[in-house]
Amino acid sequence: MQIYVTDQEGKEHALDAIEGWRVMEIIKDHGLPLKAECGGACCCATCHVYVHEDWIDKLFDMRDDEEDMLDEAMEVEDNSRLSCQILMSEDLDGLKVTIAPGTEPE
Amino acid sequence: MTKNKHKTDVIIIGAGPVGLFAVFELGLLDMKAHLVDILDKVGGQCAELYPEKPIYDIPGFPVITGQDLTDNLMAQIEPFSPIFHLQQMASSLKKLENGNWELSTDFDTIIEAPVIVIAAGGGSFMPKKPNIPRLEEFEGTSVFYSVREMKKFEGKNILVAGGGDSALDWTLNLEPLANSMALVHRRSEFRAAPDSVSKMMKLVNEEKMDFHVGDIKELHGLNGRLNSVTVHPKGADAYRVECDTLLAFYGLTMKLGPIAEFGLNLEQNLIPVDTEKFETSTPQIFSIGDINTYPGKLKLILSGFHEAALMAQQAFRYVYPDKKLRFQYTTSSSSLQQKLGVDDKAA
Repeated sequence: MQIYVTDQEGKEHALDAIEGWRVMEIIKDHGLPLKAECGGACCCATCHVYVHEDWIDKLFDMRDDEEDMLDEAMEVEDNSRLSCQILMSEDLDGLKVTIAPGTEPE
Repeated sequence: MTKNKHKTDVIIIGAGPVGLFAVFELGLLDMKAHLVDILDKVGGQCAELYPEKPIYDIPGFPVITGQDLTDNLMAQIEPFSPIFHLQQMASSLKKLENGNWELSTDFDTIIEAPVIVIAAGGGSFMPKKPNIPRLEEFEGTSVFYSVREMKKFEGKNILVAGGGDSALDWTLNLEPLANSMALVHRRSEFRAAPDSVSKMMKLVNEEKMDFHVGDIKELHGLNGRLNSVTVHPKGADAYRVECDTLLAFYGLTMKLGPIAEFGLNLEQNLIPVDTEKFETSTPQIFSIGDINTYPGKLKLILSGFHEAALMAQQAFRYVYPDKKLRFQYTTSSSSLQQKLGVDDKAA
């Protein structure tokens, strides 16, 4: 299973993904720059990504707490999600996301 | 100006779970502590980021929330009467001729102690800044991220940005003082307390303030003085909102801040320590919890607790250079139980 992640500089990375992991964890595990400071508790918005249009409908709908937390993200768009709330599964093999601004580690 | 001066045994920077538990380990060895934290409450990330979220890896607690863990730690360290300096940032550190350290905060508190413990986690919680061009030009004169003195905003034409409790609370508190008040938020739903939202909507209905749904994309003005902003509503044309003051509340994020200037060795914004005493490259300065690094480091609360216990052993040698340290257990030592007030509680 793989996901394709475009970093803040515009470079795309093909990352090996593991079922049951959060997309945020996969991105961090590969060492890409993602602050994700609350560690996956849906409490900070520093793992904000844009989901490629082909994949939006394949994701579970956002829960209210994720939508609320996006209030603290920068440049929120209709395809904005918090990557800690996207759980990897077979259906998402090939998922494409772009890391949003405001997520750079210090 | 009269300064707020203190002298103690140990200064702990950061009142998160690890800083709080350090008070306990130090207290058992008769060391008093002062704690400095930038937040207005104790508990660090546990209290600020996830007070309601369950934590599953605290030894002895199959499940506990961040706030309950904080409350329990406060109860546990109560016998040692720690002194807290909250809503203050540890801003500078200098070595005194007598060998002690002197820590200053951005609120003019000065504390002297032989030992410093940096338990600052991911750093200081600081306001998130929105990505809007020219923002820096207006910061401090027209753009603010907090309110320390309400009076400063009297008679202003205020625009508040955000949808959380800070945004709504300050909208409601400043509306009576302001010449005009408006709120801008990216959507018409709020995560702030429903009661505040309905109070705000009431003011809008009474035409006492405006509410805009959209994002701020541009700032306009000269010489640091804002005169309007451009608001982009989703799927509609942008328009200008007149204001001379913008209060932006987009939540907090952690930054290392002034600790980077303390003269300590840093590795990728973490403080390297040894694994015997958790002391930094500078003697008498320790670092425990998420902010330190060493081979095999795991950013876990339980690791921070262990680090606090070992730190206290070496801190004792600095605070009481002439005393011999004896290791005792709280289960059997009557002197430790006395310090913890065990007899009082049983009586």
